[in-house]
Amino acid sequence: MFTIDKYIVVDSLKQAYELNQSKRNTIIGGMLWLKMGRKNIGTAIDLTSLNLNKIEESEESFKIGCMSTLRDIEVHNGLNSYFNGLFSKSVEHIVGVQMRNMATVGGSVYSKFGFSDILTSLLSLNCYVELYKGGTITLKEYVEMPLNNDILVSIIIMKDKRNASYSSHRISSTDLPVLTCAVSNIEKQWNIVLGARPMKAKLTQFTLNEKPNEENIKSMISNIIDSTSFGTNYRGSEKYRQILADVLIRRNIEEILHGGKYAS
Amino acid sequence: MQVKLWINNKEFSDDISPDTILLDYLRSKGFLSVKRGCNTSNCGLCTVLLEGKPILSCSTLAVRVSGLHITTIEGLEKEAEEFGGFLADEGAEQCGFCSPGFIMSVLAMKNELKNPTEDEIKKYLEGNLCRCSGYMGQLRSIKKYLDVKREA
Repeated sequence: MFTIDKYIVVDSLKQAYELNQSKRNTIIGGMLWLKMGRKNIGTAIDLTSLNLNKIEESEESFKIGCMSTLRDIEVHNGLNSYFNGLFSKSVEHIVGVQMRNMATVGGSVYSKFGFSDILTSLLSLNCYVELYKGGTITLKEYVEMPLNNDILVSIIIMKDKRNASYSSHRISSTDLPVLTCAVSNIEKQWNIVLGARPMKAKLTQFTLNEKPNEENIKSMISNIIDSTSFGTNYRGSEKYRQILADVLIRRNIEEILHGGKYAS
Repeated sequence: MQVKLWINNKEFSDDISPDTILLDYLRSKGFLSVKRGCNTSNCGLCTVLLEGKPILSCSTLAVRVSGLHITTIEGLEKEAEEFGGFLADEGAEQCGFCSPGFIMSVLAMKNELKNPTEDEIKKYLEGNLCRCSGYMGQLRSIKKYLDVKREA
């Protein structure tokens, strides 16, 4: 458990940013992972008064405030009908409703948690993050950047009519994932994301024919598996994850191409 | 740090340390139904309602709920007793340690889901662990309870 000397509910992003420049200070999101550590926090920075817990839908995009919870995106009609249930599918196995009522999207994406289901599914989409100082950049760029003391304000997902599918493997339901996988397809482009390897999620992009045949798909999957490192930890070996990756990628492609339904 | 909150519609004002966990605060005020099970946000035993939504009090700072309403099972005596009867009828009540958190989740589910299927019930309650039973008795009791509520 952590300790907190001082607690400040900030009244502006500027104030939050300035406070966040000290290593001793920490932004409190859902604080579920933070609580598992033993950090001595100087000032805890609370963003709850900044109205960042909204999901706004426009003609072109969805804008998800960093303090929206995983449950907010799980039950959001607009998001889920646009992306064919992608969001509810990618968070439903995260512990329970109570936890998802607390865990924030911003906390998960900002920290680039290796086990993050939501980072995996977002990376497969045309997705941006809005940083207070760093401006709006693609999520892919953000994932590759080193962590800094900026503030992740919102996540923006463009409505580009792509199809997407998600699946994960867990040793038991509600546990942390052994492997997560999201696939999306727009025209000839395929985006394959693998997470919980146990490193942060990684996006690989491929161009295939309009109507890929079994041969095309097979070679794409083996290419991805060959070029991706799958770590070994106590949840699973590298070899096991490679076998899982083959199955999960295939199921997601299958769902996109044929609307197949598989247990996720 | 000064906080003011409502627990079961009764106002509480206090000067507390900013790292006080809601679970400890509630227990210090005598709401002993709120249990610390795993302390890792996994078991659901510490479930209370924050503005009607189920949350884990073991993973919430008390200062975060300042100005807001918390409900524990002590505040839902009638509903809890009614559902508790269904639990007992199915023999699902064993050591009882997980019951308060579990009942809070069931009552939250009743308010949130309309006519849930068995699968939806299981999914909603996945965050509540019970180490005595195999969950079958609980599931039977929930279905019977919801049937009665639907007819009422």
